Amino acid sequence: MIRIENLHKKFGKNEVLKGISLNIEHQGITAILGPNGSGKTTLIKSFLGMVLPDKGEIYYKNINIKNHFEYRNDIAHMPQIAHFPENLTSREIINMIIDLRKSKTNENYLIKLFGLENELDKKMVNLSGGTRQKVNFLIALMYETPIIILDEPSNGLDPLALLRLKEHLQTEKQKGKQILITTHIMSFVEEVADNIIFLLEGNIYFNGKLSELLELQNESKLERAIAKILETHPV
Amino acid sequence: MWKIFKYSFYDMIRNRWMFIYMAFFLLLTLALLFLSNDFTKVIISLTNIILVLTPLIGILFGTMYFYSSKEFIELLMAQPLSRKSIFTGMYLGLASSFSLSLILGISIPLLFYGLFNAANFSVYLVLCSMSVVLSVVFSLIAFIIALRFENKIKGFGVAIFTWLFFAIIYDGIFLLLLLLFKDYPLENLSIGLTVFNPIDLARILILLKLDISTMMGYTGAVLQKFLGSGMGSIFIITILTFWIILPFMRMLHLAKNKDF
Repeated sequence: MIRIENLHKKFGKNEVLKGISLNIEHQGITAILGPNGSGKTTLIKSFLGMVLPDKGEIYYKNINIKNHFEYRNDIAHMPQIAHFPENLTSREIINMIIDLRKSKTNENYLIKLFGLENELDKKMVNLSGGTRQKVNFLIALMYETPIIILDEPSNGLDPLALLRLKEHLQTEKQKGKQILITTHIMSFVEEVADNIIFLLEGNIYFNGKLSELLELQNESKLERAIAKILETHPV
Repeated sequence: MWKIFKYSFYDMIRNRWMFIYMAFFLLLTLALLFLSNDFTKVIISLTNIILVLTPLIGILFGTMYFYSSKEFIELLMAQPLSRKSIFTGMYLGLASSFSLSLILGISIPLLFYGLFNAANFSVYLVLCSMSVVLSVVFSLIAFIIALRFENKIKGFGVAIFTWLFFAIIYDGIFLLLLLLFKDYPLENLSIGLTVFNPIDLARILILLKLDISTMMGYTGAVLQKFLGSGMGSIFIITILTFWIILPFMRMLHLAKNKDF
C-alpha cells in the first residue's frame, strides 16, 4: 500500500535520507529501528506530508501523495511529543479532532482502557506528562484507519498503560491493519513486532522478518543483534 | 479552516494575556477620560499609544503563539487537512481574538462617554479599524518570522527589531532624508516612503479624519493638499489592503514549503 521511491532529504548540510526505496505491503506490526539521527522520524514525517522530500516520490494506494491531503483519512499518527493548546480541556481537543475528521470513532472504549474518565474536563496545561501522552494515544487511535503510525509510543507511559497499549495493538493487528512503530525499546519490539526495517545513516540496512534479522546476525536477542550491527558500522 | 479558526479562537480568548491586554486598554482609556474631558484629546492620546503598542504586542505575541503551537500544528498536519486551511485558520483565530480584546478594551469606557455622538463615532470607528489593521498586519509579520526562523531566540530578536524599525528607526531615516534633500521637491519621496510603513499610514489616516493639520506631519499635509482628505483616505486604505494581502500570501507560501 505504501511505496517509497528513492527518497532524499537534507536538512542544511545534514543528509538524513539518502535514497530510500521501500515497499510496505504486509499487514501487522512493523518496527522502524535505527540509531539516533538515522532518519526514522524524517521517513515517517515524509509519508505524512510534514517533511517535503528533496527528491523521490511516495505513493499511497498507487497515488502520489504530493500536494494531497485526503489520503491522511486512512492514517492515524501519534507524534513523539504531546503538546496541545493549553487552555482547552482534553474533551474539547478530542471533540475537535472528531469534528475535523468526521469518521467513526471509539473514544469511549479508549477512555476506559487508559482510565482517563476523570481527566477529561481538566485543562491540558494542568495534566501530567504521562496523562498527556495517554490523551495523545487516544486521539491517534480513536478512529478506524487502515494505517497506524506510532512515534516512540512507550515514552512516559506507566506499566499498566503500556500493557493496555500492547493489547490494543494486538487487537488492531487482528483486524488486518498496518501498524508502524518507531522505538528504542528493544524488548517492546521483540514482543510486538512482526517485521523490522532497520535504518542506518539514511539507508535501509535491513528489511524483513524479526527472525531473519536474528538469524542474519546469529544472535538470539534483538538487542544483541542490533548492537552487533552498530559495532560494525560506527556512526 | 473555520473549524480550526473556531478552536484556536477558543484557546486564545481563554488565554490570560488576552485579558491583561484588554484590561490594560480599559484602564488606559478610563484614565485618559478622567484626565481630560475632551473626546478628541482622548482619541489623540489613544492613537499615540495604540500606534506604538499594538504592533509591538501583535508581533511579540504572534511569534510566541506560533512557537508554542508547534506541536499542535504537527498534530493538525497529520489530519486530512490542507496546509492552507491549517495556517489560515490558526492565523484568523489569533488575529481576531487579539483585535477583539483591543476593541473591547477601548470601547467599554468610551460607550459611557457619548460614543454615539455623530462626529465622535466616525473618529472612533477609524481608530478601531486602524488598530485592527495594525494587529492584523503585525501578527501576520509575526507568523512570517516564526515560519522563517526555526530558532526561537533568533525569531524573537528579528520580531523586536522589525517593530523597532517600523515604530522608530523608519521615522528617523525618513527625517534624515527630508533634511538631506530639503532643497528638492519632496512630495513624491515622502508619500513613497510612507507607503512602506503601515504604522505611518494608520497614523495619517486617523489624523486626516480628526482634521488636525498641525499634527499630521509633512506627509499628511502633502496628502491632504494634493488628494484632499477623502482621496487621501482612499489612497491609504488601498495601500493598507496591500499590506494585508501581500504578507498573507507570503505567509501561506512559507507554510506550504516548510518542513515540520
